[in-house]
Amino acid sequence: MRDYITSYLNSSGTPGEAGNIFWITVYILLIFAGVAAGVICMNWLERKIMAHMQVRLGPMRVGPHGLLQPFADALKLLLKEDLMPEQADSVVYHLAPLLVVVVAFTVFIVVPFGPSHAVTDMNIGLLFMLGVSSMAVLGIVMAGWASNSHYPLLGALRSSAQMVSYEVAMGMAVLTAVLMTSLHGGGIYGVGGAQESGTGTLSMIGIVQAQAGQHVWFIFKFFPLGLVSFVIFAIAMVAETNRAPFDLPEAESELTAGFHTEYSGFRWSLFFLAEYAAMIAVSSIAVTLWLGGWLRPFPNWHGPQVAIPGFWQAGSSNGVVDLILAMAPVVAFVGLGGLCFLGAWRMAKNPLFRIQMLGLAAFGALLALVGLICVVPAVRDRVQDIFWFVAKVAVSMYLYIWYRSTFPRYRFDQLMKVGWKVLLPIAIGVLLATATLGVVIQAVMAA
Amino acid sequence: MSPTNPIPAFDLKEKTYLDSNELIINMGPQHPATHGVLRVILKLDGEKVLGLECVIGYLHRGVEKIAENRTYAMFNPYVDRMDYVAAVSNGLGYCEAVEKLLHTEAPPRAKYIRVILTELNRIASHQLWLGTHALDIGALTPLFYTFRDREEILKIYEKYCGARLTTHAFRIGGLQYEAYDGFQKEVKAFCDFFEPKIDEYEELLTTNRIWIDRTRGVGTISAKDCIALGVTGPVLRASGVKWDLRKAQPYCGYQEFDFEIPTGENGDTYDRYLVRMAEMRQSLRILRQAVDRVPDGPIMAKIPKVLKPPSGEVYHSIEAPKGELGYFIVSDGSTQPYRIRVRPPSFVNLQALELMVRGQLVADVIAVIGTLDIVLGEIDR
Repeated sequence: MRDYITSYLNSSGTPGEAGNIFWITVYILLIFAGVAAGVICMNWLERKIMAHMQVRLGPMRVGPHGLLQPFADALKLLLKEDLMPEQADSVVYHLAPLLVVVVAFTVFIVVPFGPSHAVTDMNIGLLFMLGVSSMAVLGIVMAGWASNSHYPLLGALRSSAQMVSYEVAMGMAVLTAVLMTSLHGGGIYGVGGAQESGTGTLSMIGIVQAQAGQHVWFIFKFFPLGLVSFVIFAIAMVAETNRAPFDLPEAESELTAGFHTEYSGFRWSLFFLAEYAAMIAVSSIAVTLWLGGWLRPFPNWHGPQVAIPGFWQAGSSNGVVDLILAMAPVVAFVGLGGLCFLGAWRMAKNPLFRIQMLGLAAFGALLALVGLICVVPAVRDRVQDIFWFVAKVAVSMYLYIWYRSTFPRYRFDQLMKVGWKVLLPIAIGVLLATATLGVVIQAVMAA
Repeated sequence: MSPTNPIPAFDLKEKTYLDSNELIINMGPQHPATHGVLRVILKLDGEKVLGLECVIGYLHRGVEKIAENRTYAMFNPYVDRMDYVAAVSNGLGYCEAVEKLLHTEAPPRAKYIRVILTELNRIASHQLWLGTHALDIGALTPLFYTFRDREEILKIYEKYCGARLTTHAFRIGGLQYEAYDGFQKEVKAFCDFFEPKIDEYEELLTTNRIWIDRTRGVGTISAKDCIALGVTGPVLRASGVKWDLRKAQPYCGYQEFDFEIPTGENGDTYDRYLVRMAEMRQSLRILRQAVDRVPDGPIMAKIPKVLKPPSGEVYHSIEAPKGELGYFIVSDGSTQPYRIRVRPPSFVNLQALELMVRGQLVADVIAVIGTLDIVLGEIDR
């Protein structure tokens, strides 16, 4: 038994490839907990960031700076009455939120947090992600239909039309990136000093490895083609997850709450959970395909070699740049901890605030501790990939919040126009241009 | 025994939504975007509006009837509760109407302070409109910016008369309160503070591609239709009619100020937005002139303690932030008005809603309700 568990540690692949059920289970649980924690963080961050963009404070009451607000909300939602409209189709009504949540979490099976940090690596990983995530529209249509009410029905109709349309442009953008895995960069524009031309792959891990092998993130490859396809994907993914400015299915001012108008309590919170999990999932696709996945910035720039006994070994890929960037998780967590300490120190010196102050300081200490643990070489080397991946996803999530507080909402017909008449032609054009450019470069290099 | 179905059995054709093309949707009276308790019954073909019917009266308090049992002075605070976001304008209209009936006029100092407070009120009303209108179209942030800045105006009101919203700032014949120390300085400081804030709002919206897409060509109404329906205020001006009662029939000393009437060309939602933004700037211009020139002197005209206007009738209208606000008062020579009839701009402007949204989409209904700048307290009275 013990051998069975430890045997995986020596392999370099994902637990799915190694076929080790124990580690598959561990990874699934870790990712489930991680995504759920991410949703909780997003809940708090979205409120705080939006509040500060809108000259307000946001949650301040539950815990220091409202840190416990998501937990209070979750508790409230669990305790709320579970209502169902009398005329609703009960089976479908109860099935819809479950379907949406299952779909949102299933896609994380193939998300590569590191070269071996994924539940499994499929040779059709990307296809699997896109396919499974588009199942979410079924759950939304079911919710809208089963509610047997006007507003949810309109919301569900809008949402299905929207998600189906934007998937087309999204697919074209994704194809561009997939195509890039097989195309030789030829060293044009000074980037893409390719060592290997790659063979083309749909495997999520393979796509990142192709970027590592070609020495270029696909967002910079064939500039501006990679960038344009990334932008198209970035727009389509906002529409795909029904977020502002494309949040028509739940347009508050028009359809009250869209497809989940009739849901309350825990079932509503499942929709909420699924929405944020889906946001993280599509951001992961964007990061994997264009932003180098788990690769750190400048992954091929090592600088002069250094060695610190017992801490840092000298080696061809262990330069001073590697050392500095390896400290990024430490700096990030200790910095966040420091911010908490600063906040605790700046809090009003009043006995009423003592518990809040201590709580904030304790939270800061926890974050700093996590940061310090990341100094330990054994941990440091293992969290690098995960840190960079999560950091890139976090940037994408921040953009979601930023859009939401900046843009008005598109009207339905305009949304369709943007999807079909603007994004899709550009995406097809970029795909063709990428293919043409790749073939030309290959021909030139062969000659 | 199966429970009785309260919904009458439809024939098969009407049983599902998909079989019938028309969908009747009841928007409001509890709806986040109907600005209070407006109920709109929409007849939809998919998302397209085939027709609509407004149901009003959820906020009816019988203000006009109440007036018949109150003395002229006692009725004064009630008018604040009609258009509660522009209470000062309502008060100005009422006080001036009664003064006209009494053949008296407020002294110059009172008039200047009235102009200052009314123009501040116009800005506050437009700020609230901008915030809620942008919120309806999905831009969340302007609401908080406008409320932050509106607070400065409300602070001036609070200092002047102790109330922030339903101010009851004016009395028949002038003012009850003298301006507080530093009133002019604070209004001037507000002007300097607010001018860059308008740019801030415009930065978020005016050139925003989505905002333009959502508002341009939406809810278009021609000048002819506006006049036929009696639509006034920024809605009329955005259709290209240069009609502003402050210029057309100057009252309260508006003839002494130098300002322009912003007009639009297309009469669409975007033009109405631009007109109101320009009006805020013009209001600042009036404020700057008025603050510098407030004369000294009494703040109350010589009027009797007990108001007994001679029998007769009077109609007086002012340019409220939302349009022409008129008071028609019939006096029978007693201390109480025989009849008061209010011409509220929101009520008249709301008539244009159906014309403006027919054939457009559900999302446009929301945008147009926002752009009409209605206040249900005034519509229902």
